[in-house]
Amino acid sequence: MTLKHTINTAIKGLKAHKSRSALTILGIVIGVAAIILVVSLGEGAQNLILGQIQGLGAKTITIIPGRQPSGLSDSAQIFSDSLKERDLVLLKRRENVPALSNIMPIVFGGESAAYQGEAYRLTLFGGTELMAEIFDLFPSEGIFLTEDDVKSVANVVIIGATVKEELFGPAPALGEKIRIKDRNLRVIGILPKKGQGSLFNFDEMAIVPYTTMQKYILGINYFHRLVVEVENENEITRTVADITQTLRTAHNITDPEKDDFFIQTQEDLVNTLGTVTTALTMFLAAVAAISLIVGGIGIMNIMLVSVTERTKEIGLRKALGATNKDILTQFLLEAVMLTGTGGIIGISLGALFSFLISFGLSTALSLDWSFSFPFSAALLGIIVSGTIGIVFGLYPARKASLKSPIEALRYE
Amino acid sequence: MSIIETRNITKTYVEGDVETNVLRGVSFSVEPGEFVAIMGPSGSGKSTLLHILGFLDHHTGGTYQFKGKTIDDYTSEELSHVRNKSMGFVFQAFNLLARSTVLENVKLPLLYSDEPESRWDELATRAIESVGLSHRINYDVSQLSGGEKQRVAIARALVNNPELIFADEPTGNLDSKSGEAVIEILQHLSEQKGHTIILITHETHTAEHARRIIRIMDGQVASDEPVAHQRKPGDGKLK
Repeated sequence: MTLKHTINTAIKGLKAHKSRSALTILGIVIGVAAIILVVSLGEGAQNLILGQIQGLGAKTITIIPGRQPSGLSDSAQIFSDSLKERDLVLLKRRENVPALSNIMPIVFGGESAAYQGEAYRLTLFGGTELMAEIFDLFPSEGIFLTEDDVKSVANVVIIGATVKEELFGPAPALGEKIRIKDRNLRVIGILPKKGQGSLFNFDEMAIVPYTTMQKYILGINYFHRLVVEVENENEITRTVADITQTLRTAHNITDPEKDDFFIQTQEDLVNTLGTVTTALTMFLAAVAAISLIVGGIGIMNIMLVSVTERTKEIGLRKALGATNKDILTQFLLEAVMLTGTGGIIGISLGALFSFLISFGLSTALSLDWSFSFPFSAALLGIIVSGTIGIVFGLYPARKASLKSPIEALRYE
Repeated sequence: MSIIETRNITKTYVEGDVETNVLRGVSFSVEPGEFVAIMGPSGSGKSTLLHILGFLDHHTGGTYQFKGKTIDDYTSEELSHVRNKSMGFVFQAFNLLARSTVLENVKLPLLYSDEPESRWDELATRAIESVGLSHRINYDVSQLSGGEKQRVAIARALVNNPELIFADEPTGNLDSKSGEAVIEILQHLSEQKGHTIILITHETHTAEHARRIIRIMDGQVASDEPVAHQRKPGDGKLK
């Protein structure tokens, strides 16, 4: 029998029990839809996160004090005070790090801010005027930090939109003084509302010159981070080597194992986060895949019922010349068509829901969330559902094909 | 060469400890073009014999040669092929595919044949014409009367132009008028078209439309003789 007619026969067999066929494939539909949904949303989340990191610029390098954590239980920052002003001075020298175009120290901490009886717990960032460019921060009112503010250890602060609302309400904030750690800081700029989408939520932060933060607020003489901007992307590898060399010399380190700092490039960060989100997506997809197996067992069950029910038809076809192979192919194809149809419906539903959720996230939460149709997952969904059809259809189909024609014909 | 030659065929069913000998040494042969009726009371083993002759069941002992070749020498694929190409079956219970038209039912054996698809409609239409059902060709089989259903089954048996047609109590579920029509078609196929026909029945009246009657009793051939006065179309109505 030709494939075309086997397919026609299988379609006819399925059409004879429309509602039963539909219910049977429900398990496959749900399973495939869940996988598509998870993978699609996972990709969306990954793109969102990676997009923001890349938004920081591929030309930036972060120097972090302490030893690079080697695992989860490793305490990372044992030498957390290792980066100090003298390192900053050394790194700025052109003979040490020729490709460095900018360097910015960062210190941060959780602090309480108060204004006329209102208090608000915020994250305080100490940086320089370069933060504006690196983090894309432009005050909607007032100005950002200047080089002078940093040099003169000025008592000035830029506040995020939420901080402004919490402390001042509708009242004007510009020029007012807020109190942090017994220090009165004059508000010179207010940042526009950015929403939840950013990797760093600057709405709930305030920014001061790092010198002010070190001297008056934290009382420390070291940095939490040094952010380096390189002249161009091709210089990154060389610059990482130059920085490492400079800092090792300055800190008298001969054994690389004993480094008291480590360097993170954007690429590292992208890779790390990419691995984490991919692992998470895969895990969720694997959980969803369990429903596919349950669906497959449902298919096998119904196919067995169908084979028993159609014993007489099988006998007739054999009497008229169908070989065991013809019967096997017919029933196997029915199973594969059931699961294949389930797979296609599942992919469509999964993609639809993923699109709706993406749309909701991007409008309701004003996230930069893009819908992406996961072609690889769709292909996988088709292959997996087809395979399930073969695996779970084989036993019933074989049972059908081995029926003795006369016993099958006599079956009532 | 005989088309069918059986020697001492036996068939034993074993269920638990109980052995039932349905056939106990059946020997006879059928020449091409013969119209043979196999008669016997129910339980005599005549249906089992037909199933063995039609490759639908296996005998336990003895030898069965189909066109000079022992059937033990056929593979399962070859048996299917011979069933498709050289044999046609007409069953008492019609055994038509439900939810299908007359044309679809008649085309069914062609699906498993070597005939090119372009000829299927032509072959099926011709077979349907020969049983006088052209006006019902696109009817769903559930809309047909019993007699019409059996004529569809005959058309299906004919569609591959087989040498041999097996009819297992073809009139058993029909009223006498429809039954008569079915037997007339079989007789016509034998005499005008040269098909070899093996008809199973328990009615003498029906059997007498054949040229030869083999009587089976208790799994053995009780008698095997030609029909003295073969009934012709219309004979039944005169009586």
